[in-house]
Amino acid sequence: MDTVVLLAITGLGLAALYFLVASGLSLIFGLMGVLNFAHGAFLTIGAYGTWWASDHLPGAGSTGWGFVSAVAFGVAVGTLVAALIELALIRPLYERHIEQVLVTVGLSLALVALVRAVWGADPHPFPRPEWTQRTTSVLGANVPNDRFLLIGSALVVLVAVLAFLRFTRFGLIIRAGVENRAMVTALGIDVRKAFTLVFAIGGAFAALAGALGGIYLGSISPGQGTSLLIFAFIVVVIGGMSSITGAAVAAVLVGLVQQFANYYAASGVGDLSVVLLLAVVLLTRPSGLTARVA
Amino acid sequence: MRTGGLNGTALRRLLPLVVFVVLAVLPYSTLQLPGLFDGVLNSPGTLQLLALCLIFGGVALSYDLLFGFTGLLSFGHALYFAAGTYVANLALTELGWGLAPALALTTVVGIVLPLLVGGVALRVSGIAFSMVTLATAQVGSIIVLQDPGGLTGGEEGLALDRDQVPDAFVGVLNTVNVYWLAVAYLVLVYAVVSWVTGSRAGRVWQAIRENERRVEVLGLQPYGFKLLVFVLAGLLAALGGVVHLLLLGGSTPRTTTADFTLGLLVMVVLGGAGSRWGAVLGGVLYTYLDSRLTDLANSPAVQDLPAWLRIPLSEPLFLLGTLFILVVFFVPGGIAGLVCRLRERRAGRRSGDGGPTPGRVVEQLRDQVGAGMGGGQPRDGV
Amino acid sequence: MSAPLLRMTDVHVRLSGSHILQGVDLTVRRGGVTALLGRNGAGKTTTVKAVLGLVPSTGVVEFTGDDGRTQRLSGRRTHEIVRRGIGYAPEDREVFGGLTVAENLTLAERRDAPAHHDRVYELFPELKQRSRQLAGTLSGGQQQMVAIARLLLNDNQLLLIDEPTKGLAPLLVAEVADVLARAAEEVTILLVEQNLTVVRRMATDAVVVDQGRVAWSGSAPDLLADADRTRELLGVATSGGHA
Repeated sequence: MDTVVLLAITGLGLAALYFLVASGLSLIFGLMGVLNFAHGAFLTIGAYGTWWASDHLPGAGSTGWGFVSAVAFGVAVGTLVAALIELALIRPLYERHIEQVLVTVGLSLALVALVRAVWGADPHPFPRPEWTQRTTSVLGANVPNDRFLLIGSALVVLVAVLAFLRFTRFGLIIRAGVENRAMVTALGIDVRKAFTLVFAIGGAFAALAGALGGIYLGSISPGQGTSLLIFAFIVVVIGGMSSITGAAVAAVLVGLVQQFANYYAASGVGDLSVVLLLAVVLLTRPSGLTARVA
Repeated sequence: MRTGGLNGTALRRLLPLVVFVVLAVLPYSTLQLPGLFDGVLNSPGTLQLLALCLIFGGVALSYDLLFGFTGLLSFGHALYFAAGTYVANLALTELGWGLAPALALTTVVGIVLPLLVGGVALRVSGIAFSMVTLATAQVGSIIVLQDPGGLTGGEEGLALDRDQVPDAFVGVLNTVNVYWLAVAYLVLVYAVVSWVTGSRAGRVWQAIRENERRVEVLGLQPYGFKLLVFVLAGLLAALGGVVHLLLLGGSTPRTTTADFTLGLLVMVVLGGAGSRWGAVLGGVLYTYLDSRLTDLANSPAVQDLPAWLRIPLSEPLFLLGTLFILVVFFVPGGIAGLVCRLRERRAGRRSGDGGPTPGRVVEQLRDQVGAGMGGGQPRDGV
Repeated sequence: MSAPLLRMTDVHVRLSGSHILQGVDLTVRRGGVTALLGRNGAGKTTTVKAVLGLVPSTGVVEFTGDDGRTQRLSGRRTHEIVRRGIGYAPEDREVFGGLTVAENLTLAERRDAPAHHDRVYELFPELKQRSRQLAGTLSGGQQQMVAIARLLLNDNQLLLIDEPTKGLAPLLVAEVADVLARAAEEVTILLVEQNLTVVRRMATDAVVVDQGRVAWSGSAPDLLADADRTRELLGVATSGGHA
């Protein structure tokens, strides 16, 4: 029983990471039709930003509020980089989706290589606040606290982004734009502002995932974002390409399947099951689990 | 004017042959090209690098068959290349087979694997297709890294047992033979691609790229044609994997990664999607730059630079990624597109190989990639 | 009046290899309803989209607003064109199915001017009752009301309305025509319409496009009075209702 609980909570923690990356990808794809390969680089930037700040930024550190400000710094850098990339490299290629995807491919290679050039290819130990290193007993299982941090953060993000989509004008524009971008502009709305916004939001979430992933794994390396990105892509497709709630459901599904299969079958089988899951979903429901944005 | 045009066309027809002859006799040259290569042309190190470039020229062309000629944006082409190197390696090293049966086994796998994956992936189109190919390639990567039964060697890679390889392909002194093998591989891929793209199937592929629905209206089943090109491209990549194995004397898990496929995409776009020689040139150039930039990064000239210059210069992928973005922005159609435009400007308007100029391939794809992505896909047509 | 409200000069549109508009020249007079007529595939919808910048085009589109200033619309982005005071109701209504009726209207509000929700709800009381319903669950007629409501929410100077009665039951056709006739008292309309009864009732001017060019333009009543010419240009008899 306690193994099941531990596996379930760990699976949900993994799902939280997937969701943070996939939600931004879904918003960007839904609104702009761009599959953002640079998203993994945003994650790497967030992780390295947090790691760098915990050592170098005044007021930031590796415990308590100092760590919170380090994470805030990492997220801010990720957000800024994402917004700048949209403005400088994606926007000039307006409506030219293939070129936009190609640019994000180039960015994914270049940005990760740059991080590797600056901080090396080897993993760095990531600061882990003391609370996250302890465990909490849940139904007899000793669950590491970092799992709760991951799940809690993802829940906060989920609620916040749904509220944003439902109750703000920008949210309204994004929901409408996912349905029919051209008609939004025909109502006199400059939809490109929403493009920059979803890139910034996506960058922020991915950077947060980078920092949380650093805590979860205990170390960071430049290629981490890319490997997580592939599973996030799978989550996005299963979730219906442009749906936030779909991404959340798919993330939970993928996280749990992966954890349980990796434990009960053999290491690696979980990853394979996830791919199988993707194939099954695509073949039975080609549009994914859900097709609405919120 | 007219005869000039004919001569030009004839010359262009002959050019691949000229390139082939130059490549074939190149190992007899002791030319020293300072800056371009470290040793003389026929030194083993230079031949090794050249062979690598030629292999990737061929693999890039096989990818272009999918992306440039048919408009299928696969993110999993690495799987077939990796299958080629690992299957041949396992047959030689684990099973102790000779090169010929190993090659036969690789050919079978090189047909069956893309047949299975393509059979499933091509049921969906657009981005969903890209994702299924990406995910299945990831399966290959996971399996190789998990090292089941100690077969694949995991992260370390798998060294080739050279006892089973004909002596002609073993040892530094025989690098030249592997080089000729690489030339032969490239010629094979080029000939096959030239032949199939000129055939009826090739015209259907082009029609699929331009407008898949129109192909359906004509009463043809795009699925079968797409599966055919998927399998053919996979097989050509797998054969490239075998040559790569012989050249490097082992298999590396790097060839299974998504980054490897993205590298192929970069090569093709760099050289010119939808152009045969463009894709080959892209593959050669990318591989050459990747290797030379690594040497450059370790050279004293770069090591002595201030940090802000030295750090970006020390990562070939940073430079190549940046170059790629610049090409997407400023050189639509890659090198082939550039040459095509220059030629048109010089000769007035005259079309190239009969097909669209390479630069237009991406434009045509642009209209289509939206189609068939599934429910959440935004509609552009008001 | 001096300059027409809208003037298109030598407008060409090429889409995926086909030359759809081949040099359209037309003007829309200030006040009144200009009907844009023509057979299916003649280029009516594309003409409207070219005004809005929704399709890439060459040529000149000029707009002379109530302030008397003439501005070039061609080359501008769609949202900028629309903000000059041009409302658009597309052929297939294109309301946002995943948004409620109220959200559809809120989205259509322009931020720089007051929106007239009261006017809209007075015209379409049914929309008020259904304001919290998802637009995707409305009937075709109700969706058309939402599409027209989006137009009338703002103070526009020109409305581009593409086949507002397409696929509607006869009773609804009359209702939509009533609303448009009321709107026409205050604002200029460029109307794409196949239903000649509706055209006959509202249109003051007519422009007929054929194979991507303007084949005829002039007074709408004159055109419809000449049965032979109508048949020749539109391929329909004038007595009939639907084309």
